[in-house]
Amino acid sequence: MKYIDEYRNSETAKFLAERIQKATSKSWNIMEVCGGQTHTILKYSIDELLPKEINLIHGPGCPVCVTPLEMIDKAIAIASRKDVIFASFGDMLRVPGSEIDLLTVKANGGDVRMVYSPLDAVKIAKQNPDKKVIFFAVGFETTAPANAMSVIEAKRLNLKNYSILCSHVLVPPAIEALLSSQNSLIQGFLAAGHVCTVMGYEEYIPLSEKYKVPIVVTGFEPIDILQGVYQCAKQLEEKKYEVKNQYSRAVRREGNLSAKKIIFEVFEVTDRKWRGIGNIPKSGYKVKAKYSMFDSEKIYDVGDIEVNESPVCIAGEILQGIKKPTECSAFGKECTPEHPLGAPMVSTEGACAAYFHYKKFDTAISEK
Amino acid sequence: MDFNLSCPIPKSEYDKVLLAHGGGGTLSHHLLQKIFFSQFKNELLDVQHDGAMFEIDENKFAFTTDSYVVSPIFFPGGNIGELAVNGTVNDLAVCGAKPLFISAGFIIEEGFEIEELWKIVLSMKSAADKANVKIVTGDTKVVDKGKGDKLFINTSGIGLIEKDVNISPANCKAGDVILLNGKIAEHGIAIMSAREGLEFETEVISDTAPLNGLVDLILLTSKNVHVMRDPTRGGIASSLNEIASTAEVGILIDENKIPISEEVKGACEILGLDPLYIANEGKLLVFAAEEDSEKILNVMRSHEFGREAQIIGKVVADNPKSVVMKTLVGSTRIVDMISGEQLPRIC
Repeated sequence: MKYIDEYRNSETAKFLAERIQKATSKSWNIMEVCGGQTHTILKYSIDELLPKEINLIHGPGCPVCVTPLEMIDKAIAIASRKDVIFASFGDMLRVPGSEIDLLTVKANGGDVRMVYSPLDAVKIAKQNPDKKVIFFAVGFETTAPANAMSVIEAKRLNLKNYSILCSHVLVPPAIEALLSSQNSLIQGFLAAGHVCTVMGYEEYIPLSEKYKVPIVVTGFEPIDILQGVYQCAKQLEEKKYEVKNQYSRAVRREGNLSAKKIIFEVFEVTDRKWRGIGNIPKSGYKVKAKYSMFDSEKIYDVGDIEVNESPVCIAGEILQGIKKPTECSAFGKECTPEHPLGAPMVSTEGACAAYFHYKKFDTAISEK
Repeated sequence: MDFNLSCPIPKSEYDKVLLAHGGGGTLSHHLLQKIFFSQFKNELLDVQHDGAMFEIDENKFAFTTDSYVVSPIFFPGGNIGELAVNGTVNDLAVCGAKPLFISAGFIIEEGFEIEELWKIVLSMKSAADKANVKIVTGDTKVVDKGKGDKLFINTSGIGLIEKDVNISPANCKAGDVILLNGKIAEHGIAIMSAREGLEFETEVISDTAPLNGLVDLILLTSKNVHVMRDPTRGGIASSLNEIASTAEVGILIDENKIPISEEVKGACEILGLDPLYIANEGKLLVFAAEEDSEKILNVMRSHEFGREAQIIGKVVADNPKSVVMKTLVGSTRIVDMISGEQLPRIC
């Protein structure tokens, strides 16, 4: 398949691995921001191909993982109401709230539906005028245009029963938060290609200059990752720090202007709490006041929700790249994909789940 | 007075059944082990094959049952009826048995169109004819509207195992080759596209097919077939993991060798799903001694349901109870048992 096969080619991979090896003279810590990239790295054992000097740190770019517990409990409280149809992307359904997850709400008789697009949720609202339909609008900049579009579409259709529970997060403020942290070990970034497809990469330039770190906009296939690592390591070796665009087949400097226009019609920037990291200023989107009739938080008062994170879970340190999943005492023991203690074990894009599925317990696998 | 129940409910993390308990992954496995196998325990069940195998008067039989609840009941490439016949035929075939007789139980929701029922019955007849089995007994129940989902079908089947045939995970050993009869994940993607109204440029069609003819041919060709499986829900990854863990062997497969169509690959990319875990209804995994591998491959390719057969891997002594895959980029990774349903990713 075009745009897939050539990016999973073993010859190209070998060639790039050799170039990285040649270009690398000392240790570098490079963070891949996006969970999709973490998934590729583990799925294709990219670390096996890289020289040991390159240490990949898994970033917080898994929207499921960073959605705060309060928000999930809020979703669960709304979804449990009798007059509601609660629609969500699939991988949010299994994220544990303080007590239960959305799939348990479904098993208990709640009308929880998995959709592939927020526009499907609008369709459900149109077909069920006697029910209130809520879409769980989670994600980075990538999903924001479609989520905003659903609000515009609901307004156009004059729907009074559609709203979104918005918990959008933004990448650049998270990168800044990580870089400004005392604990930061990160020397270079692979920025998330899909996010930049929408937003472009201009907003990364001041970050790169201020913190003197190379940032390479990188795609999601194995060859993309290897090229991204190469471009990042080469800059580090040459003491350069620029924003480069490895994912040029999808990303333009200015991004997708029509998508951005739709986002800013519906959303405005707000402070947002990230699960495991804490509050990051101006790191999310909320629904603008003029669309408040489509904002679930304005419609449903679910009261103050008190949350209890598992005391053993080290999701915060994992999401900041301070620790690897295998350094957690609960990893693979109390905490498994069937019984996750924290969000990174739930989503397939979460670092813990990726480690669990592909590496298990760091036991070496041999091929004979 | 305090008293203890003789059989306390086994400890579980869930007090209600979730959909994932039926997904064919780890949760299904737990449900079977903790709730069913722990109580029904006997020497036939403990083998944990697709069907039970037993002897009566020196004749060997296989007996199996399966329920079909697919939605939608009509999908590209088939319907619930032929699926119900083929599924049970295949469960018998992979035990090394020639399917003889099948039962059919229908649970019909009030209000179901007779015309649709007729279409389904006709396709069951044609599937039974094609597989050369007879539907010899059955049952019909109608439930209140809203208490079912149009139509559920249960089929059970009984088949005769030839004297010299011995198919069991226990026979599988290091050095065995693993063959697969064709492209994976087509049934799952066909159902998903019909269910979610996803449209692709080329329609993906379910691979539902009776495998007994192909199995007959293989067993005639080689006396060194050790295990066979039809990898249905949970995909080839789950079947391979089941065999690795029952036979206590390691399995090494090559991603490059696994047949998959461009359409299915594309759909999986869009939805963020791994085709290794997606359901098939006409696929056959064969574990056999290496010396017979070419012979079996050739005979598989001569059959209409085996044209695209490939040797996809081998049984190894390393990494017992796990499945390892050589990836497209030349590295290796573990192919794990999935825990529940695959959930499409956000982005």
